[in-house]
Amino acid sequence: MFTYYLDLALRSLRRNKALTALMVLAIALGIGASMTTLTVLHVLSGDPLPGRSGDIYYPQVDPQDLRGMYPSKEPPMQLTLIDGMNLLHAKRADRQALMTGGDVPIQPEQSALDPFYVDARYTTADFFPMFGTPFLYGHGWNAADDEAKTREVVISRELDQKLYGGANSVGRTLRIAGTAFQIVGVLDRWQPNPHFYDLNTGSYAYGEQVFLPLQTMMDLHLNRDGSTDCWGNGGGGTGTILPAASCVWLQFWVQLGNPVKVAAYRQFLVHYSEDQKALGRFQRAPNVRLRNVMQWLDHNGVVPDDVRLQALLAFGFLAVCLVNTVGLMLAKFMRRSGELAVRRALGASRRTLFAQLLVESGVIGLVGGFGGMLLAMLGLWLVRQRSSDYAALAHLDSSMLLTTFLLALCATLLAGLLPAGRACQIAPALQLKSS
Amino acid sequence: MTLHPILAALRKHKAGVVLIALQIALTLAIVCNAVFIIGQRVERVNRPTGLDESDLFLVSQQWVGAPSGDDPAGAEKLDVMQQEDLAALRNLPDVASVSPTNSIPLLNSSWTGSLSLKPGDKLAKGNPRTAYYFTDEQVFKTLGLRLVAGRAFTAADVQHSNDPRDRPVVIITQALADRFFPGESAVGKVIYSDGSSAPSTVIGVVARLQIPSAGGFGSDFVWNSTLVPVRLDGSYARYAVRAKPGRLDAAMREVTPALYKVNPMRVLDDDSIKSFTDIRARAYRADVGMAVLMGVICLILLCVTAAGIVGLTSFWVGQRHRQIGVRRALGARKIDILHYFQIENLLIAGIGVVVGVLLAVGLNLWLMTHYEMTRIPVAYVVTGVLAMLAIGQAAVFVPARRASNVSPVSATRAA
Repeated sequence: MFTYYLDLALRSLRRNKALTALMVLAIALGIGASMTTLTVLHVLSGDPLPGRSGDIYYPQVDPQDLRGMYPSKEPPMQLTLIDGMNLLHAKRADRQALMTGGDVPIQPEQSALDPFYVDARYTTADFFPMFGTPFLYGHGWNAADDEAKTREVVISRELDQKLYGGANSVGRTLRIAGTAFQIVGVLDRWQPNPHFYDLNTGSYAYGEQVFLPLQTMMDLHLNRDGSTDCWGNGGGGTGTILPAASCVWLQFWVQLGNPVKVAAYRQFLVHYSEDQKALGRFQRAPNVRLRNVMQWLDHNGVVPDDVRLQALLAFGFLAVCLVNTVGLMLAKFMRRSGELAVRRALGASRRTLFAQLLVESGVIGLVGGFGGMLLAMLGLWLVRQRSSDYAALAHLDSSMLLTTFLLALCATLLAGLLPAGRACQIAPALQLKSS
Repeated sequence: MTLHPILAALRKHKAGVVLIALQIALTLAIVCNAVFIIGQRVERVNRPTGLDESDLFLVSQQWVGAPSGDDPAGAEKLDVMQQEDLAALRNLPDVASVSPTNSIPLLNSSWTGSLSLKPGDKLAKGNPRTAYYFTDEQVFKTLGLRLVAGRAFTAADVQHSNDPRDRPVVIITQALADRFFPGESAVGKVIYSDGSSAPSTVIGVVARLQIPSAGGFGSDFVWNSTLVPVRLDGSYARYAVRAKPGRLDAAMREVTPALYKVNPMRVLDDDSIKSFTDIRARAYRADVGMAVLMGVICLILLCVTAAGIVGLTSFWVGQRHRQIGVRRALGARKIDILHYFQIENLLIAGIGVVVGVLLAVGLNLWLMTHYEMTRIPVAYVVTGVLAMLAIGQAAVFVPARRASNVSPVSATRAA
């Protein structure tokens, strides 16, 4: 029976080629546009550390003076050096890392290469185990190295490729900003998106090529780059100058394995703030936050508004395309009232009539959905050609492919049900008489 | 012609009428808001920075192994290095003028703070934010700024420092002058920057100068720029360079060899030398992309809606073939049949646009609460309504013409 319906449907569709093409194209365009924008949105709001992000938290305290304070105001987005060091040395979490970003000149030994700048992350030792960075060769440094301000560096696979042709460079000496550093590790490809641990450097497709101890950076006055917020008499913090004590400029991340530890750490932050207030360093009542990675990304509104707007626009577009198809399909079915009445009079039940019409609209929907998938791939290819920072990430993954399929199916049913249902409501005798 | 028969006929096609009206309404709502967003983006992208943007480029370079600017001796040495660079650039044959600067409009790298009329007064009390340009006396010639009051910097005003907290003289934009000294001249007045207690005397006012941030961060102080006559001491230095008219490419090519000749221990790569045209394109890349995307979707949307009207009307014409024949046989002229379908479309589109206007305004209000968006001007909505009605009429014309060509003889034939 199904093949017969299919045959009928194809005949009917072939009878009016332009209209069939219009319906298929409308559905394909609608689905293509929606899937393109939805995929971009999906990629940008993804989890940068799958499996780990739930345990990793970003503590915030409020060391500002009383000026400009109002209740429930958010504490600063970063930490001062003093608070960062205090919290780091308190070691109240499973793991903790204090960090900031910058850029450093690399002076290759090979005379064939001119000096060049790379983005750097200045961090304490737990960065690597806490974020689970994959090592190609070697390993990170440890907390004792941090305090000793050792000249040790972890480089990216990309930099290892550029400088040493991908060979194991652990143990070799690398000149950074005029100082000899020893390479202790080479990271494998690792680029969390969004760049959650420091959103000041750009949220997407950003990766540092060298990682070295924070205190070494302060010792050597390496170039710092990122956001600095000051109050009171705070200032400075451009280039190689460290910001004043009343400036926040460091990111601090902690790993807390279970909810009990999270609650305890939040309590610790409150106690810390109270202690600092008693000491006269803090002026405000304890004002702390402790968000995990996804909450932090959400709080910062990392996904660009434009991307959300585009997705919204595309779904509006899809709605119009669907309404368009429903309208055309309905007109088409109603036009065939005569034919349907004959079939009814010959004994076809409403149900079989409905099934037949649904097959016809289903064909449109499926072909349209398939076209939409192709258009989505084309759309994503176009997105990748754009030079925005997240463009390169726009790929259709399996879950989005499934979503596309479901969307196409729903679109089909939506576009088919109403017209088919309406067309079945005819009274056969009346219809036969009138025509 | 009375509307009665049209309404009676429409009542027989309720579902079709509702669907086409809904389609028109949705299209109107989406297109109105999308075009409004496009308009905002275009306006943003086209606003002048206040610079003379042609023949201007920026050099960003960093010395390798430079002394630290923290100690006085290091700072002196850094300043000497910077002055050597400036002298070398100014001597280039195709260069008209050079100034050191920490940033340039649209570069998205800024040093911001706040200004006040009182000493020790910070941002909190509603003081305006500002972006600083630390530069020298040649900045007016280099950037092509227009001085509207007071005087420009002289060489004697220019200091050098790695952390300039005291700013004895500054030049502010007209926007800041109007904010602080409405109705009077700002020249000679005193302001305080970043909560400092050291006064800064305004010696001049520049007509217009955009801050470096092109994005949302700076959106509430776009024109609040402050020029400070200080060469910053640091291992990193930026030079704004004005090439002689039409010699931009030549001047940009001359920079790298000239600077390497002064001091080879520095990093200068492909990204280091950027024309202002490139900086502008980069700053507004996302806005342009968004506007193009919205434009394309709107266009396709209008085409789909128009095609939908053509398709649906064609069906109705086919369905009513015999009735049209009867009307023609009873004496209706071709033009009457044409008008019938045109008026019918106008009625449906009329319902659609009424609903569409409500949807458009509703969507705009919703967008205002969730995104950075302003109220949609009435002109956009009115234009959208007229455009939708015009598209409806254009789309209905072909099938309506076909209907008007139905021969009266068809009334006598069985359907």
